[in-house]
Amino acid sequence: MSKLNPLFIGLSGVMLGVAPWVINAAPYESTMGLVQKVFYFHFPAAILFLVAALICGVASALFLFGKKPRADGWAIAAAELGLVFGSLTLVTGPLWARKAWGVWWVWDPRLTSSLLLWMIFSACLLLRRYGGPGADKLGAGMALFGMANVPFIYVSVNVWRTLHPQTSVVPTLPTDMGIPLWFCFAAFTMLFVALLNLRARLEHQRARVEALYLAEDEA
Amino acid sequence: MIANFVRVAWHVMRKDLTVEVRSKEVLLTTLFFAVSVVLVFSFAIVREGRAPDDVAAGILWVAVSFSGTLAMGRTFERERYNDTLRALLLAPADRPAIYTGKLLGLLVLLGMVEIVLVPLIGLLFNAPILAFPGRLATLLVLGTVGFAAVGTLFAAMLVRVRSRDTLLPVLLYPITIPVMIAGVRGTAALFQATPDPAMAQFWIGLLLFWDAIFITLALWTFEPVMTE
Repeated sequence: MSKLNPLFIGLSGVMLGVAPWVINAAPYESTMGLVQKVFYFHFPAAILFLVAALICGVASALFLFGKKPRADGWAIAAAELGLVFGSLTLVTGPLWARKAWGVWWVWDPRLTSSLLLWMIFSACLLLRRYGGPGADKLGAGMALFGMANVPFIYVSVNVWRTLHPQTSVVPTLPTDMGIPLWFCFAAFTMLFVALLNLRARLEHQRARVEALYLAEDEA
Repeated sequence: MIANFVRVAWHVMRKDLTVEVRSKEVLLTTLFFAVSVVLVFSFAIVREGRAPDDVAAGILWVAVSFSGTLAMGRTFERERYNDTLRALLLAPADRPAIYTGKLLGLLVLLGMVEIVLVPLIGLLFNAPILAFPGRLATLLVLGTVGFAAVGTLFAAMLVRVRSRDTLLPVLLYPITIPVMIAGVRGTAALFQATPDPAMAQFWIGLLLFWDAIFITLALWTFEPVMTE
């Protein structure tokens, strides 16, 4: 698995480097014009934001109930990446909104719940950072509640009246817009997987060093 | 099994309430704090002697959530202060039952605060609190249950953490905002000039759904996070 990391990082680096040209080659959307192009980054970031929440939640559940200490490393990695990709989503979203709706922000269910999820990730990391001993378990409990919010985010857009474009718009995109979208999506996903892997490995190594250190102390 | 669960929960709640009845510490401070929050808000938004329409619901829920956080912090703080938390956790009882007892005790306290708070809001902001008493009460009960269910769990989790006083609201508010939204929107539907009971009904349904999720998750999580 770890052998793939440099490959993924390199590939996603190249793809993200090429991405501006690919996006530039895509046709202009008739009503939105240039601003529509932010969508090629917004959509992958938003999807990976939700994926990070799911990974974080599942890993936390495994850590809490399955007594798997290594799952904690994955939970931390996913929480940090969730914060990064969530920030990306929350920055690119308003750029689009300004043009589409005339305001930077509306209190639409999907926007609100994305902001909430971002805040839950931040709270989770704050807790881990300042919680002191035992914070890993508490962070896992918090992440579990955060994950309960994810279906709420996804369903909210389809249940409630909303300004945000429906998710069903994605499969119906014309091919010359679809290609750059999935191109960016692939680049972001590879970056996500590689970063997740590296961060989790760092956390596992840190836990091992700590365990060795404690063993040394006792000996 | 169930009878035992109910018995333990009942005893924990009675213990908490007995301590509370003797000192009245949490009740009085929480109540005073809730009233202060309402006053701070009225100073912030009242213009020319009257409050804008549709603010009563928001102020009511902000006061409930702020004062609730105060009460939650105290319920476990007392256990820690008197070094009785370990005894409580060592008792041969189900952890979820202990959690439920703590939650019930907190709910009784918050209920008492709300009994004072709601008429006060009605009085100060001209809110029609008696127009739909059943629905308003249901909204308040369900909203408070959802809020307190998460709050009790987090307060318990944080009891051994150094910066618990600052971390409790930091963790609690983002998680419970769905409950707040449902509570505020539902109450606002009842308080507005032409009340919309069907809308309130919709939010009540949503609150029930949230409560079910939050309570299940909290009962499930309490055991592992409280194990040292």
